[in-house]
Amino acid sequence: MDKFLVWYGELTTQRRLTMRGMQFLGVGMLWILLFLVLPGLVLVVVSFATRGSYGNLEWHFTLENYKRLLGFSVFGWTADYIIILWRSVWVAFVTSVIAVVLSYPLCFFICSRPERTRYLWLMLVVIPFWTNMVIRTYAWFLILAPEFPPARIANFLGLLPANTPLYPNAFAVYLGMVTIFLPFVALPLYSSVERLDWSLVEAAQDLYASKIRIFMQAILPQTVPGLSVGIILTFVPAMGMFVVPDLLGGAKYMLVGNLIEQQFGASRDWPFGAAVSMGLMALTMISLYLYRRKNKEMQFV
Amino acid sequence: MDTIMHAGLSVRGIDKSFGLVKALKGVSLDVREGEFFTLLGPSGCGKTTLLRIIAGLELADAGKIVLGGEDITALPATKRQVNTVFQSYALFPHLTIFENVAFGLRSRKFPREQIESRVRKRLEMLGLQNMANRYPHQLSGGQQQRVALARALVNEPKVLLLDEPMSALDAKLRGQVQVELRRLQRKLGQTFILVTHDQSEAMVVSDRIAVMSQGKIIQFGSPKEVYERPGTRFVAEFLGAANLLRGKKKNGGLDTDIGFLALNQSPSWEEGTVAIRPERIRVTKQPASVNAFKARLREAIYRGTDLDLWFDPGPLRVRTAAHRNYAVDKEVWLEFPPEALVILDG
Repeated sequence: MDKFLVWYGELTTQRRLTMRGMQFLGVGMLWILLFLVLPGLVLVVVSFATRGSYGNLEWHFTLENYKRLLGFSVFGWTADYIIILWRSVWVAFVTSVIAVVLSYPLCFFICSRPERTRYLWLMLVVIPFWTNMVIRTYAWFLILAPEFPPARIANFLGLLPANTPLYPNAFAVYLGMVTIFLPFVALPLYSSVERLDWSLVEAAQDLYASKIRIFMQAILPQTVPGLSVGIILTFVPAMGMFVVPDLLGGAKYMLVGNLIEQQFGASRDWPFGAAVSMGLMALTMISLYLYRRKNKEMQFV
Repeated sequence: MDTIMHAGLSVRGIDKSFGLVKALKGVSLDVREGEFFTLLGPSGCGKTTLLRIIAGLELADAGKIVLGGEDITALPATKRQVNTVFQSYALFPHLTIFENVAFGLRSRKFPREQIESRVRKRLEMLGLQNMANRYPHQLSGGQQQRVALARALVNEPKVLLLDEPMSALDAKLRGQVQVELRRLQRKLGQTFILVTHDQSEAMVVSDRIAVMSQGKIIQFGSPKEVYERPGTRFVAEFLGAANLLRGKKKNGGLDTDIGFLALNQSPSWEEGTVAIRPERIRVTKQPASVNAFKARLREAIYRGTDLDLWFDPGPLRVRTAAHRNYAVDKEVWLEFPPEALVILDG
């Protein structure tokens, strides 16, 4: 006989509660298992397999793919893949920083508008967010074309030969990345800025704080929740991004996303592609861990 | 404009509008050094706006503010030697109590040892020495209020502004804090300006009160002056209860609905109002020689410290000692001593 107990006003037993909990949890667990854990495990297994002569998978266990990722090959050691990995982290970092720096004035501007027009301004941020990424990236082709002012100005300043577009290069990659990820930072940040307690800003002014100090002590701590969401939503996908560097960066500015896409696509080297993916995942985890540790110091206590 | 020589705070002809709403209409006042000054008025009278203008958090449309002989009208809040205790306290949630109190000194780059000693001294003075390493959310409302006070006082401002600092405290604690605040101000001898809508709070703490209504200061005076000699009907009714009697001037007295009232002074108007506080009306068995009226007791309310009586005609409100007994519907004599009748403007 089960012991009866009252749970939020309902007469029930411990066993029935456990059963019900499992029912609710089960669906979610199954989902995660099917679509996250299993494919992940497949990727891990594949990363230890060998590529056959025709791009097929051969099940010989090997560490060769990881050695190759670290730069060891029959021709000796090269840093190529490590540079690509590091460059991806760097691009994701710079993209996040620029997006944050641009988002603050944007959010304060929108919040300072009268309530009636505020949503109109917000729509202007959201619409590109809904537009296909490839289309937005192609739009830069037009803007950076040789006939248009940006390329002409660059030419005039002697930074660019005549009649060449402002791509492919690192600058174009950053430009494309920032435009794509700006809404990911601006929208969560906006929700924090909108709820800002301005009396703290006034208190800081009253206590002789400089403009920088007002921002650091009265504004930044209050916007940390939105900022955290924005940075994670930008940094993680930006590290694996391949559309933008592919179109605007060309072969000269390859990122890890392109490398993975290449292995699973043109090169038909799935085991190496899987190994690079594992490398990317490891980097993501490390970055998130470092970010969390840094963030904890800033978080409201 | 007259020259302002004293060391306190002078406000001259301040105007402020928000859109079409005129919040302040030519407000002028002088606060002496070391004075506890209170701006008292109902919500929306402009008292908080005036305080924010003195703090520099709001800019006046017209007028002048002089602090200790220096014109500070154009100075931003960050440059004024004025500190504020905010209504919500506005403590920095991510900083400890020590860092909150040290905030102003750190902004002005004081040397480390000096910050340490000055903050410790203020924390001790307000009984917060054991809270230094805690965070604001770990403190009670009363403690947070004292932190806000310490954070402002540590900067040794020329004027301390208090924006309804007691409104978040419960009634019992509020009474206690009012007395403590009064004692603190006396001990420090610093100039305090308090904004409140609570007339009893204003009475307890202030040296001088300015009663505000609709963007103007209606009356200045000590708590006793504004309570006992209100100039207008608004002041009479806002500060405690008052019986208002309307009538026409007649033979140096007043012809009212309840009868002829003898006054100590002849009013300047032909038709107007006089006021009398409920506790100044005497209830007698025999008619007094002047201003005696027969009245019937309609209702008696026992309030512990005193007894509130409501009489017909009127209703006239009378307050007497709680130990006395009156029967409802009985007729008694009421006496209105001429010295207790206050002639109001218009």
